[in-house]
Amino acid sequence: MSMFGQVYVKDNQYKIKGDFHHLTPNQPIRDADGWKLLGVTNPRDMTYIHSYGGEAVFFESLSQGKLMATRCDNPKCEAQGTIYQPFRIHCMDCLRKCTVIDMTDLAQKTAKIHTFMVCERSGAFSILDKPIKFINVEFDGVATILMGYLSLGDPKIGMSVVPIFKRTSPTYTILDLSWVPSGTPEKRLPEGFSY
Amino acid sequence: MITFSEQQLKVPKLARPVYLVTAGQSKFDRGFPDKRTEELCIDALTQAAELLNMTPAELKSYIHTCYYGHFADHFGDQLLGEAVIHDRLGLDPLGNIGVKTGGATGGSTLWEAMKTVASGYSDCVLAMGWERMDEVPTDEGNFLISCAADKDWESPLGHIYTGYYAVMAQKYWQVFGKEEESFRRTLAEIAVKHRGYARFNPYAQGPMKITVEDVLKSPVVAYPLRALDCCLMSVGAACAIICDEDTALKLTRNTKNKPLRIWVAAGSHTLRPADRRDMAIPLLPNETADQYKDLEERFPGGGRYPGFTGFLGARMAAWYGYRMAGITDPTEDLDVIELHDAFTISDVQTYEDIGIRPYGEGRTYVESGDCYHTNPHTGKPGKLPSNLSGGLIGCMHAVGATGIMQTFEIATHLWGRWAEVHGDEKIWKSFNRKKPSDWTDLQVKGANRALAISHAGVGSHVTATILMDPDHLLKADA
Repeated sequence: MSMFGQVYVKDNQYKIKGDFHHLTPNQPIRDADGWKLLGVTNPRDMTYIHSYGGEAVFFESLSQGKLMATRCDNPKCEAQGTIYQPFRIHCMDCLRKCTVIDMTDLAQKTAKIHTFMVCERSGAFSILDKPIKFINVEFDGVATILMGYLSLGDPKIGMSVVPIFKRTSPTYTILDLSWVPSGTPEKRLPEGFSY
Repeated sequence: MITFSEQQLKVPKLARPVYLVTAGQSKFDRGFPDKRTEELCIDALTQAAELLNMTPAELKSYIHTCYYGHFADHFGDQLLGEAVIHDRLGLDPLGNIGVKTGGATGGSTLWEAMKTVASGYSDCVLAMGWERMDEVPTDEGNFLISCAADKDWESPLGHIYTGYYAVMAQKYWQVFGKEEESFRRTLAEIAVKHRGYARFNPYAQGPMKITVEDVLKSPVVAYPLRALDCCLMSVGAACAIICDEDTALKLTRNTKNKPLRIWVAAGSHTLRPADRRDMAIPLLPNETADQYKDLEERFPGGGRYPGFTGFLGARMAAWYGYRMAGITDPTEDLDVIELHDAFTISDVQTYEDIGIRPYGEGRTYVESGDCYHTNPHTGKPGKLPSNLSGGLIGCMHAVGATGIMQTFEIATHLWGRWAEVHGDEKIWKSFNRKKPSDWTDLQVKGANRALAISHAGVGSHVTATILMDPDHLLKADA
């Protein structure tokens, strides 16, 4: 019986079990006129093993309803005090390790849409419903602007939004963070999400 | 606030003059079920040799180093594709290396080739670029392209690169375009222009005789962008031969190709637009700080630079490139340009980044008629024609080849060979394409200086390739 590929780490080594690929036979590609051979299909179905490294805390925290950011606290750096969201492990100026901070409260109070895009298409393997409402969210006192998606309502530049978190059955990806217009009742949030 | 040090702002100086002597390209199309990539590369190199009245073997005998631009290995399921092409071109055991900088791959390949000649390492270098984007269905192709965004922070969001890119278009549309219907029509005009010019280009994949209304009625991809506002997904190859002066003179003797001086400069900016920090606008030689003092007042929301409305990478490529080549005003100093029109709106953004128009006023380049071969308002030659190849919207976007195709295109104007390269009935027939009865010679008469911008995605890498007739230099010691 096949089983999704699973990975855990023991003594800083990956340990894997289950099926990491599935065999599908090649098929010939032929010209419909004359049935001449032109090529062949090469099916691939693979599972990658990916480390979040120093960003792991960000993705773990989403599943706990927290939005983590980082701040450069190097007194010798011109960027001291700069808050980064997206979370940066190291300051982009001095390359010293940043301090991890919880900015959930700041996001709840000051997040607003910097720009947005409603996209009618998606690529293969996307699990978001279409149309996808991409939003870029700015926060008071934060140097950078986070990309995400709006789960409810129609985006507008300048609109106040608040973060919601997928605490039930989290994916441990950026999809566990979404946004809704400020004032949205909790009962209207998508399945699995809460404030 | 991001700032630059004096060392970082050093104007690059080539150790010796570098020349483009010839170039070539394959047919461009959405797919080539009957051709392997190396066949397309050989088509390109053969044309480059023919333009010098040489056989490919004769031209190859001059090549000392090879740079291969090919972005998306995963499309072709072939690592070290550069080694495959190098072998099939019969260029072993020469040194070669692959270059990958997204949509700017073609320009970056020329950048490396130029530096190799300028340094004296080689006297003659092949810069060859290609892309194979027909080996997966379109939605899987969109997935693979989305892998060029940040895999943890962006790609899972729909696996659709357009979405990550178009948020910037939305910001520009609202801040500088002010959501005006007239601006939306100006964008559509760009699509009409580029697809229209592609009709006169036998290599072009997407020629169309359309109207502004057709563009405005095409399906929405990501509002305000519609299907006809977007570039093509293509397969094809292009190459250029870059030389020192002695080799350039030998190779071009008794040919119609005059050696053209070449400079390539590069800039970059964050892979994620999210990481862009506020900064002062780096000024081009034809700009002053004063002209941007009231930018926020004139365009509310436009005061943050580069924000989501400008491409710092493009600005810096122009910043370095113009100073290298002595350009003080691109509109006055250049005669023809090819820009990276991935979308109609990014074409407008680039007019501003490279100083053809000030920030906030890009649309006037189109509305004035300056960007046309023949200005539709005056019937006279356009002041600075752009994308006469059809660009990425009308001709192709075979990623690794695009920047080289653009450079070949502008070179044909400087050589005075545009009509020969684009009008020859034999070429149209060999591509199984019909030359239109109203085919028009788009040669820019008297063209001496030209520019091509090669641009990756949301602006992570951008190059500016400048070509000049050596008898019309702007700076003696360039």
